[in-house]
This record gives sequence, C-alpha cells and structure tokens, in this order.
Amino acid sequence: MPRRALYLLPLLLFAVIAGYFLWGLASDRNPNLVPSALIDKPAPAFDLPPLEGLDRPGLATADLQNGEVALVNFFASWCLPCRAEHPLLMDLAESGGVRVLGIAYRDKPEDARRWLGQYGNPYERVGVDDRGRTSIDFGVSGVPETFVIDRGGRIRYQHIGPLMASDIEDKIVPLIESLSE
Amino acid sequence: MIPEIGHFALILALVVALAQGTVPMLGAARGRADWMALAGPTAVLQLVLMLTAFLALMQAYVVSDFTVLNVAQNSHSSKPLIYKISGVWGNHEGSMLLWILILALFGAAVALFGGNLPATLKARVLAVQAWIAIGFLAFTILTSNPFARLLPAPENGGDLNPLLQDPGLAFHPPMLYTGYVGFSIAFSFAIAALIEGKVDAAWARWVRPWTLVAWCFLTAGIALGSWWAYYELGWGGWWFWDPVENVSFMPWLMGTALLHTAVVVEKRDALKVWTILLAILTFSLSLIGTFIVRSGLLTSVHAFANDPERGLFILLLLCLTIGGSLALFALRAPALKSDGLFHPISREGALVLNNLLLATACATVFLGTLYPLFLEALGGDKVSVGAPYFNATFLPIMAPLVVAMAVGPLLPWKRADLMGALGRLKVAALLTLLAALLAVYLHRGGPLFAWLGMALAAWLFAGALIEWAGRIKLFRAPFGESWRRARGLPRSAHGMTLAHAGLAVAIAGITASAAWQGEVIRIMKPGDIAELAGYSYRLEGVQTHRGPNYTSDTASFTVLRDGREVALLMPEKRVYDVQRRETTEAAIHTTGLADLYAVIGDADGRGGWTVRIYYEPLVPWIWAGALIMVLGGAVSLSDRRLRVGAPARRRKTAPAPA
Repeated sequence: MPRRALYLLPLLLFAVIAGYFLWGLASDRNPNLVPSALIDKPAPAFDLPPLEGLDRPGLATADLQNGEVALVNFFASWCLPCRAEHPLLMDLAESGGVRVLGIAYRDKPEDARRWLGQYGNPYERVGVDDRGRTSIDFGVSGVPETFVIDRGGRIRYQHIGPLMASDIEDKIVPLIESLSE
Repeated sequence: MIPEIGHFALILALVVALAQGTVPMLGAARGRADWMALAGPTAVLQLVLMLTAFLALMQAYVVSDFTVLNVAQNSHSSKPLIYKISGVWGNHEGSMLLWILILALFGAAVALFGGNLPATLKARVLAVQAWIAIGFLAFTILTSNPFARLLPAPENGGDLNPLLQDPGLAFHPPMLYTGYVGFSIAFSFAIAALIEGKVDAAWARWVRPWTLVAWCFLTAGIALGSWWAYYELGWGGWWFWDPVENVSFMPWLMGTALLHTAVVVEKRDALKVWTILLAILTFSLSLIGTFIVRSGLLTSVHAFANDPERGLFILLLLCLTIGGSLALFALRAPALKSDGLFHPISREGALVLNNLLLATACATVFLGTLYPLFLEALGGDKVSVGAPYFNATFLPIMAPLVVAMAVGPLLPWKRADLMGALGRLKVAALLTLLAALLAVYLHRGGPLFAWLGMALAAWLFAGALIEWAGRIKLFRAPFGESWRRARGLPRSAHGMTLAHAGLAVAIAGITASAAWQGEVIRIMKPGDIAELAGYSYRLEGVQTHRGPNYTSDTASFTVLRDGREVALLMPEKRVYDVQRRETTEAAIHTTGLADLYAVIGDADGRGGWTVRIYYEPLVPWIWAGALIMVLGGAVSLSDRRLRVGAPARRRKTAPAPA
C-alpha cells in the first residue's frame, strides 16, 4: 500500500544516513589528518589561470619546480580566518625569504581582486581554482590552508587553518631555512 | 572517597532507570496501577542520584583533586573558581554527566507536575525517558567514566582550553543542553502516544509547554554561543556555519516547527502524524547535535577529543533511539486519525507552509553539514562546505518564510480570506518600503540582499504589531478598552507577537552586519590613528598585564568622533600559562545601533602591532532579537492554559467514554 510506504520513508532515510555514519567510523579515517598522504610527494599536476585584472601570472605545477622553496596559500575573500592570517603572509612576502604563491579557492574574480586590493597582495602568482579541483588534489579540506613546497616541487608541510605568528616562527620559517640551504 | 560515591550513584542511577523503564511500561500494558505508580518515585530518585554524581565531580574540581583523571586533564589549581566549576562540563565525560542530570531533571519535573496526566500516559512517558537514560548512563559508565582515578596524582592539572575560560561559554553548555534534552519530553510523549495509539488535543496541550521550555533554552544557548564566537574569536563574525553550530541550529529549526504544529493539533485536531514525526525528529537531531562531534565523524574547531570505540557506541545508541522510534512510527502512525479539515488558505494552511519551509531549511543545513562525509563515502574527495553554500541555499528558503510569517497570524482557522488579510497589511507594506529606502539612503547604497533583508525585517515587525494592535483594537477603540482587551488577551498571543517581533529585530541585525560591516586590518604604532565609518581610533599604547593564570598584552585605543572622545577600547591578547595558548579578547563599545570592535594581534618587532578594527552596524540587535524571542516564549509559558494544572479541569468536564 503506497500510503503505508510513506510512513516507512523516515526510517529508510535514517537507515541510509546511519549507513554513512557507520562507514565514517569504520573506515579508519581521521578527518583531522587529511594531509599525511601528500607529505614528501610531488605537488599534484595543475595549471590554473591568472586572476583577471590582477597584474600577476597564473600558477601551474611547473612554477613549483624551478629550484626555489615556495609557500602555497589557499585563500578566499569570503573566508574570515584568511583575513586573520593575511598580515602575516604580507610580512612573510616582504621579508623575501620565500616565494609566496596564492590559490584563490572558489571565489569570484572581482571579489578576490577587491580583497587583494584592500588588504594588499602578498602573492607573486595567483591561480584561480574556481571549481575547487586543484584544491581537492592538494587535499585541502577548507580555507585557509598553506603548503610548503621544497626546491624539487615536493610538498613538505601542510598547515590546516589560519597561520598564527607562532606557527610562522616555530615551523614555517625554520623549515624554509632548512630547505633553502 | 567522594568520587567513589559519585561513581556509585551513577551506577545506582542506571539500576533505577532499568526499573523505571520496564515496570511502569508493563503496568500500563496490563492495567496494573501499582506497577504504573512506580514511575513517579523512580524518576525523582533518578534525579537525586544524578545530582549526587554531578556534585561529587564538581567537588573534585573545586578542591582540585588531581587523583581524579578527569580533573587532572581539564583543570588547574590556579584557575579562577568559576572556571573550575564550568570545567566540570567543559570536557566530554563531565558534559555527559550534565546531559543526563538535565534528562533526570525533566523526568522528575514530569513526575512531580504531571499529576493530572492520565496514569497510563504518565507511566509510559516516564518509562521512555528512562530508556533514554539507560542508553546514556551505560555509555557514560562503560566508555566515559568521569570518576576514573589517576595514581599517583600529578602535581597539577592540564588546564581547561583557554578559549573556554570565558563567562559566556561557562553558561552556554548548560543552556544548550537544557534545550536539547528538553526536547526529550516531546519525544517521550510522542513515543507514549504511538504506544497508546491516541493523540488528542489534551496530548498537544501537555506537550506544548515542555517544547516551549526547551525551545527557549535552546534559543538562548545558541545566541550565547554565537555571542561568544563574536567577542572571543576576534574576527568580528558571529556565525561561521561550523558543524558544531549547524548541529545546534537543526533541532532549533525542527523544534520551532514542532511548536507551531502542536497548536494545530491542540486547536484543530489535525496534522497529528506530522507532529509526532516532528517530535521524534527534533529530539533525534538533538541527539545527533550532542554526539556527532564526539564520534569523530565530523571535525570542528571545538570538538571534544574522540576515540573510535566511543563513536561506535554512540552510533549504536543513535540507531536504537532514532531507528527504533521511526520503526514504531512506521508501524503505529498510520492508525492515527485526524479529523480537522481545512482549506489551504487558512491558519492551518499557513502553519503547514511554515513547517514545510522550516523542514526544508533544516534539510539544507543537514545536507551541507554532512555532505563532505557523504561524498567521501561514495569514493569522492574530501571537501568542505563553506558559508557560500549555506547563504545560497538557506537564505532563499527563509525569505518566503518571513514574508508568510507576517500574514499567517492574521488568517482565521479553517478557511480564510487572503485578500482581506493582505489589506490589513497595507501599512506594513508602506513601512517596509520606507525601511528599505531609509537603509539604502543611510548607507549610500549596498548590495541587493541588504535592502531586501531590511524590508523583510520591517515587514515582519510591522505585521506582528498590526496583528496585535488589531486584537486589542488599538487606536480603533478608546484607550481604556484597548488596555482591557490587552489584559484579557491570552498570554500566548502576547508571546507570539514578541517572538515574531524579536525575529524581525534579529533579521535587521543579521542583514546589516552582513551588508555594511566595515573593517581596518593594519599595523599600528602608538600614536597612529585609524579611520573607520566616521570614527577615529588612536592607539595609545600596549601594556603587559598579569592575570590569575595568564599574561596579557592590553592595548588602549581612544575612539574619537568629530574630535570628541566616544570610548576607550582595551582589547587584550592573552597567553595562558599552562597550555601556552593564545586567546584574543576583543574590546567592544556598543552604541545600540552599532558596535565598535577592536582586536590586538601580534607585535611586528619594530614597535608596531597588528590591529583589527571592525564597525559592526546593528549587530547588538541580533542578540537583542534573540532575547526578545526568548522573552516571548517565557510570556507564552506563563499562559494559564499552558500551566500544568489547566488540562485537568477540561478533562473533568469531558463526558466519560461509553
């Protein structure tokens, strides 16, 4: 009887959801530890177009393999924590110790441009990842996230969430220095 | 010794719950009055035992008894007393204890104040409450014992996460839990009704006040949480669509829907099946809200430490509670008969629309929160769903809801004249237009959604007041008569007006903060001046202070407007001794129409400081609106009709069944 089946619907829906929950628990994954798989692996292949109207080139895998240490930062104008870490990236870019590269994650070009215009642009290159494809390849679980890439184009460090001054002092800068030697 | 008493009380509570869950239920099935009568005393005993356990743990925290593992991990002897106390529920084990304590509190309240409930219904409701308690007591005792000992005891404890050492957050969990757990009563009533096979107006009248209590606490709890996020996280935002926020918001949306359909069941004897389903879903979402962040399924900034074994136990409990109740629903709900018929354009119709929109809104939040998990399970990649998704899906559903909210209360039951109702809203339409124009004029333009949001707020506010004014014939009759009518009006009518108007105030705040927030983020040296929204912020200097368990860099800003001093803002950056974690304490000066908000960041080593200054227009209205909504709920609760004694009198006059 179709009417009777209607009353079963909530239970069936819950069964499906519970199935997902069970998978989530049983499949031995850790939602907090996305990155480990990519550490010491070459950065994924990508080729992102530049941000329209910004006088910086786009970003591709080849740009990470030119023998210099690089910091790749995923950001978005709609992301509040990105704003919190932004002054630190500006300082880092100013200090000149590392190339700071940006990837605009699921952002409208005009919003990203206005954002960089307002707060300053620390990025030597900015790639636009409007579909989020490259971010997924990098294992980005949300913005902001920051990667340190060594001279050979390998990912050496992934930072999830906004950078704090202590992260930069204690982790990022020492790592960059050791990689640059 | 005292922790052992607590542990023992916890185990005894489980034993008592087993008795409370079985004997009265069997008694109700067999018509044994003496068996049913066991429900009341066991529910009260349950409360006494849980209170004993809870106070035992609190004692361990207050005297810093570090032989208790939980205290050693989460407390520290130098912590101020209030955070020693709030530390009791600032961790997984202790918060479980609080959760069950509140559950026992509600059970005992039904036992003590439910004297006029039919004996079988009361016995069944309390038995169902006990089933819930059995599940969570077993979970706590087996996987999360808060009284586990640690010998030898460490010198001192690991301290509470500094972000949680805040007055706002000290009271946020008890409020939130009272809201979550309060919905268990509606759930127990729904299950009892399914077992009895009967839902009538009296049933709805008993369920409503409990739902309303839970809703008030949940509203206050969510508001307190977002207020904390606003002043403590220091990003000027107040809602981040974080999974933890979403899971508290979903039961709120469903609970709001439940609150409204219960009225239809009570007054019109319709929508019974739907109301039962809502009661089950609301509490199910509360359970998911309490537990999903502890199970390791989703990750969040303020998640408790989790381990997979606990997660499986939680999942098992959720499956038993939610799956079991939905199976019972599938089995028994088709037999429930609704008699009330109504035309789509009517008060009932408006409430159905309210429910459809609230349920859809809740579903979009649910989908957005769990989508990353679903996608990953299907072999997709890890993704995160951010604010753009929620803004694009949630807000378009809320907009028609708000439009309809002003019209609904003007429609009579059964069949209504929509044109007539809209005719009464002419003044509201005019005010709406004026508010939109004024908002855009004052702020020199703004995005489309801004004037739309302001218009919606004005529409709802005016609509709520017009309905109220119409009922008391304000300006149509002499003032004395209006006053008399206002006093004669049921409290629930005043409550509704307040709650709807409160939402309007909150919408205005939400819109303005999203559209016209201004900010300056830069390096400032003492003496520098930053300009924002007509105010000048002069950094006077930064001093280092010593707090009870932290060191703080305190900046002082003098805020000037047209050369006159308006406020002194003193934001802090604290580093807590034990965990070496930084927290920001934003300084906020409110004018009532806007917040002036300043945060001090790190020193750049050259005499300058990173500074964030925000101009937050109408943001205080968000919490003022929430407060008005809670007040509306409280006023409605004081309605004589809803008071616990009222249904009995009606029942006595009803003819005895043949």
